[in-house]
Amino acid sequence: MRKIKLLFSGLLFASLLQAQETFPVNGIADKRGACFAFTNATIVKDGQNTISNGTLIIREGKIVSVGAGVAIPKDAVIIDCKDKYIYPSFIDIYTDYGIPQPQRQGGPGSPADFFRTQQITSNQKGAFGWNQALKADVHAIRLFAVDDAKAKPYRESGFGTVLTHQKDGIVRGTGAVVTLANAKDNFVVVKDKASANYSFNKGTSTQSYPSSIMGTIALLRQTYNDAAWYKGNPEAAQKEGVNLTLKYFNDNQKLPQIFDAQDRGIDLWNLMRADRIGDENGVQYIIKATGKEYQRIKEVAATKAPLIVSLNFPQAQDVEDPNDARLVSLADMKNWELAPTNPAAIEKAGIPFCLTAADLRDPKAFLANLRKAMEYGLTEQAAMNALTKNPATWLGVYDQVGSIEAGKLANFVITTGPVFAEKTAILQNWIKGEKYAVKEDAWHNIAGTYTLTVSNNEGTQNYTLDVKSATSASVIGKDTMNAKFSFDGKAVKIGFAAGQKSRASMGGRGGFPGMASAATPVSLPANAIRLAGFSNGNTWNGTGVDSLGNAITWTATLINAATAKAENATAKTAPKLGGSFYPFTAFGNTETEIPKQETILFKNATVWTSEKQGKIEGGDVLVKNGKIAKVGKGISDPAARVIDATGKHLTAGIIDEHSHIASASTNEGGQSVTSEVRIQDNIDPDDINIYRQLSGGVTTSHILHGSANTIGGQTQLIKLRWGTDDEGMKFKGADPFIKFALGENVKRSSSTSGNTRFPDTRMGVEQVLDDAFNRARAYEAAMKEAEANNKKKGATQVTFRRDIELDALVEILNSKRFITCHSYVASEILTMMRVAEKYGFRVNTFTHILEGYKVADKMKAHGANASTFSDWWAYKNEVQDAIPYNATIMTKVGLNVAINSDDAEMARRLNQEAAKSVKYGGMSEEDALKMVTINPAKMLHVDDKVGSIKEGKDADLVLWSDNPLSIYAKSLYTVVDGTIFFDREKDAAMRKQVKAERTRLIGKMVGEKRGGAAVAPFTPSYKYISTCLDHGHKLGMLEIDADEEEQTHANH
Amino acid sequence: MKRLVYILSCFTLMTGISAQDNVYPARPQKGLLFLKNGTVHVGNGTVIENATIKINNGKIEEVGTNVAIPNSGAEVVDANGKHIYPGLIHPSSTLGLQEIGGIRSMQDFNEIGDLNPSVRSIAAYSADSKIINTLRSNGILLAHSVPQGALLGGQSTVVQLDGWNADDAPYKLDVGMNLYMPSMLNRATGRFAALFAMFFPQQGDATKEAIEKIEKIKEFFRQAKVYINNENKEINLKFEATRKLFSKQQKLFVHCTQVKQMLVAVDFVKEFGFDVVLVGAAESWQIADLLKQNNISVILSQMHDLPTLDDDDIDQPFKTPAVLQKAGVLFCINDDDPQNRGRNLPFNAGTAVTYGLDKEAAVSAITLNAAKVLGIDANTGSIEKGKDANLIISKGDILDMKSSVVEQAFIQGRNLELNDKHKQLYERYKYKYNLK
Repeated sequence: MRKIKLLFSGLLFASLLQAQETFPVNGIADKRGACFAFTNATIVKDGQNTISNGTLIIREGKIVSVGAGVAIPKDAVIIDCKDKYIYPSFIDIYTDYGIPQPQRQGGPGSPADFFRTQQITSNQKGAFGWNQALKADVHAIRLFAVDDAKAKPYRESGFGTVLTHQKDGIVRGTGAVVTLANAKDNFVVVKDKASANYSFNKGTSTQSYPSSIMGTIALLRQTYNDAAWYKGNPEAAQKEGVNLTLKYFNDNQKLPQIFDAQDRGIDLWNLMRADRIGDENGVQYIIKATGKEYQRIKEVAATKAPLIVSLNFPQAQDVEDPNDARLVSLADMKNWELAPTNPAAIEKAGIPFCLTAADLRDPKAFLANLRKAMEYGLTEQAAMNALTKNPATWLGVYDQVGSIEAGKLANFVITTGPVFAEKTAILQNWIKGEKYAVKEDAWHNIAGTYTLTVSNNEGTQNYTLDVKSATSASVIGKDTMNAKFSFDGKAVKIGFAAGQKSRASMGGRGGFPGMASAATPVSLPANAIRLAGFSNGNTWNGTGVDSLGNAITWTATLINAATAKAENATAKTAPKLGGSFYPFTAFGNTETEIPKQETILFKNATVWTSEKQGKIEGGDVLVKNGKIAKVGKGISDPAARVIDATGKHLTAGIIDEHSHIASASTNEGGQSVTSEVRIQDNIDPDDINIYRQLSGGVTTSHILHGSANTIGGQTQLIKLRWGTDDEGMKFKGADPFIKFALGENVKRSSSTSGNTRFPDTRMGVEQVLDDAFNRARAYEAAMKEAEANNKKKGATQVTFRRDIELDALVEILNSKRFITCHSYVASEILTMMRVAEKYGFRVNTFTHILEGYKVADKMKAHGANASTFSDWWAYKNEVQDAIPYNATIMTKVGLNVAINSDDAEMARRLNQEAAKSVKYGGMSEEDALKMVTINPAKMLHVDDKVGSIKEGKDADLVLWSDNPLSIYAKSLYTVVDGTIFFDREKDAAMRKQVKAERTRLIGKMVGEKRGGAAVAPFTPSYKYISTCLDHGHKLGMLEIDADEEEQTHANH
Repeated sequence: MKRLVYILSCFTLMTGISAQDNVYPARPQKGLLFLKNGTVHVGNGTVIENATIKINNGKIEEVGTNVAIPNSGAEVVDANGKHIYPGLIHPSSTLGLQEIGGIRSMQDFNEIGDLNPSVRSIAAYSADSKIINTLRSNGILLAHSVPQGALLGGQSTVVQLDGWNADDAPYKLDVGMNLYMPSMLNRATGRFAALFAMFFPQQGDATKEAIEKIEKIKEFFRQAKVYINNENKEINLKFEATRKLFSKQQKLFVHCTQVKQMLVAVDFVKEFGFDVVLVGAAESWQIADLLKQNNISVILSQMHDLPTLDDDDIDQPFKTPAVLQKAGVLFCINDDDPQNRGRNLPFNAGTAVTYGLDKEAAVSAITLNAAKVLGIDANTGSIEKGKDANLIISKGDILDMKSSVVEQAFIQGRNLELNDKHKQLYERYKYKYNLK
């Protein structure tokens, strides 16, 4: 034994085991050998190895040996663990244990707020980076302090060790591994820097940028670039001075990288989004999962990301009132039903994972929820690994914790049975050799039959005492009497009234034969016999009073111990569950119903080709392998599914040039130039509006960034392939576009508290544009110079700072990326074209362009396309000269004109919006239809693939019940790539399924409540609508403007 | 001479190469006017082919296929091949109270305070609004101009869309009292649930709070009832404003969407005997029978709307009118789109046809039934003897945008000028580009 001078206070913790010479002692040193032997236990060393009747020896906080027949040292205190189980204590990899709540630092506090003053720069003082949400310099180890009140519920759930970090910001610095011991902070640290943490939530940062999920992604992507440059080109970086944020960002790269994909609303796709950031930068994040992985388990597995899985399952809602029930969506109810299958689904998919108590309202609910997860299919072995070996291995501390092996910390729990079984109690939780009592009263199984002898001066009376548990017993004399009984491990209290029968013995008159007498609270009359005393092994004795108030003594002696029933955590039968669907919402398809590509022959339709040949009456169109194979008359194909289109009209699928559906965010309004953000980073394939728009014949949508700033984000062209994933939605091979905006929105005219962001006038807008392209040119030149240098033999390689914002602008300069520009009034349209011409490129499309009719000739000369509304006006100052003849005039002047929606509802009726040009200005019906088919295809550079009915093009088709320009026309079939994604008859059947499934789930929730389970108050299934913030959107009663929501969130 | 100059200048302006919105209200109609050979959509569900309408001093005197036309002394319009409808009625909007959205100084429809029964829309109504003419050229001849508010928003007036000023405009003054039902839904806790829970741990019960607010309104009406049934020393303007409501010369328009709100609205029928109209009422299809039982009529907010819930039938708003019709509820259709400012009213009705309402019922829903809901059906809403000659002549089916072109329109027989700012700007730029 080492000779150690122990100097710490015995007052606090008698057996702190490590020497600490720097801490003076106030009192008398209390050095102890601190060796314990736990004998006769079932020792579960790890997920794979169990020793029955084993012995565990610990000394000075560490495990010395473990096994069957291990020699017990003489100086060991022996603890007999007969019938007990010993497990390595659990590790929670996702906590902020002992970290103070981060505080918001002043600022206007409205990052996303379109209408309020913005904070353009960081308000963090010091040599840090430009964005306040990047907190790479934060180290949990510096903030951490033991917090026993927080540690206790964790210990009671079996945890001994946690990873803790500050849950604040996008880059969150490092986390530390600590034990949950109530000891001096210094002693509890296992590893001071064990992880680097990230999230999509900027937390307390008051800086305006980033305000959106796609902005957050862009910020992270750029930060990797910046950090690489800071490291690789110190000379250049020096010019900008010391940047602690980038320095620590680089330092932290060697640690395990943990990304919380859930800390920004529960959006399953955030997991895939996080993983892609990692892929791009050579990092495999460990990802904190969203809880909905079961909904898209294949896509989740494909990320190859190890997951951290919370056991926070949604509660049943109180939906007894049908008016309330009506407002809870099928997706929410179904998630309630299926969320407990999430851990099992993850296990089954072979994804490595850890479990966490994070997000649980009370960590104590952890074990109950874990058992639920097991009922739903999670195996014990996987659960054990997920709580011990996996987190320990991932964090590089498996040499210290995570199993019961010699040399590791003495971190373990002692339980009454298999740790995951329902009736098992955790008795003690040992951390670094220190005992924490959890439920010691259960150490002795007191259940059994006792002889109870009560004596007073006049004699003795015998009863039989039948003890069921520490809180329940009955006393049997002539009758069986319910007793008021309690046992706390030592003290015993018994009360009973002679003559008060138990309900059970009275024949179940209460009508609840299933309810055991043990569960019924016992109330005693005033003249009851009351006894109190102490346990002494199998004999108890004490004193009391009889029914007349006379003093008595009593003794109880065990006759028969109740035999504990063997219990298996997974013994319960698996619950009955409804099936899943894709996407996970009403009108999603079950796995077997997912539509597939077909060979289809439309017979005898009026075919509106949107080509030179015009309309073909009685025409046939054959679809094969996703393409239009033949167009004409009298076509046949024996392999085809024939759709009789007599009296019906077939058109190309509708293309919406301006849409904001199917995206998790729309505006990154934090800066005037945000060409680095990309809609493609936040596609939401589960948006019901995809399906709704299919029903209106839409097959291709151009998903745009909003109009909050002059140079907005990169856009994404999608096809409405309902049920595929976010990647599957993308229109492959299409030219990249970007959104620009001019006028009132970008100068923040509707700001209620003034504008601090340049520009504030249309004069300034021109300067923003000029400056951006000027910078882009310089950047391109510098990049070329660096590339040339690096190619030279023997030259010192230069790390060039890739700037994703300027990369996009360089693409525009080189006509590799194209602009669709939000614009209204004549002046700004002309100015935009002049700036483009100065830099040698063309504005591809002006969108909205409600005053296009005033400068149509100029636009034609420039070479721009026009995408407009049919008849909107007067919703703000810059549209007071908008007229419904705009499309007609621009067409007549020779522009390529499209009608767009910019509105999730109107997109369902774009054919009718186009028809308004027949009314206003007398456009021909065929030309009107072209404004929503081939014209937008041309302006999006995809007219070689879509937009008309022509052999060889994609089979994106709509069969209408009537003339497609008529208000009476409905889409009967909407086909994308030869797959029928909308079928009106199938839709009718799906409505019935939705209704039936809703009824089932509402019944199940109501049953849950009536069965006595705790239920949450009903929560309407609100829907977050992202808009371009340009004009009024009439929001339904369950719709919330996504940007306003961010604002509310930020203001608090 | 002066007079001649005036007439000439009128002429120049009316040729339309100016962007000035200088469109003239019509002179009163005197004597006989015949509209012949048209397909007459009466408004009550019937259609008369090849019919003639006789109008005398602004009133309809005869409608039918056997109406004699004198050889001289009468103005005759040949509507051969055209469709004649009653003038369309826009049943609820801020027309005349809001010109351009988003500019604070142009918003005149929402007063401060939650108890403003005496506030009246006509006091702010601008007969010069450029929006009016764009509605009229789409066949809308009457509109209900409605104040908004926190709870009791004030009184609304039905205006006719041809006049010099607010004194000319009222077709029926102060037809309604407007109550805006507070929301009975708890606020979202969705996306940032954890954060919301942090900041609002004790979320209130929205239903309870709303019912408390409504109880205050009811208390107001109880006191008002006592006031108007007694002599009072001091005049209370708020109580005075309720007289027409109690005498049933005015209806109570309850603006609401949620079923619970609608159920609370029934109380106003039961306790005070008011004529109650629900406005908005997107969820009314769920309680159509109950509305019928309580004689509650409905102004349905626009058809062109998304379903409330992801789970709803994707065409639910489109087919709600058919549900109400089937249940026998008196309803009319609205267009409260803030972007087109109401001019797509007939197309909202057309959409209802596509999803199950019969065509003439859809016409009724923007003509006669709208008149009934607003309490003006004695004088207008259908092409029937004795009513005002408020009608329009359309090139084709008024409900379908590809044929809905209003060629002539009459209010009380006055032949209206159908020019508007948009047509004028169209002409101006046709001129610029030499277009035909």
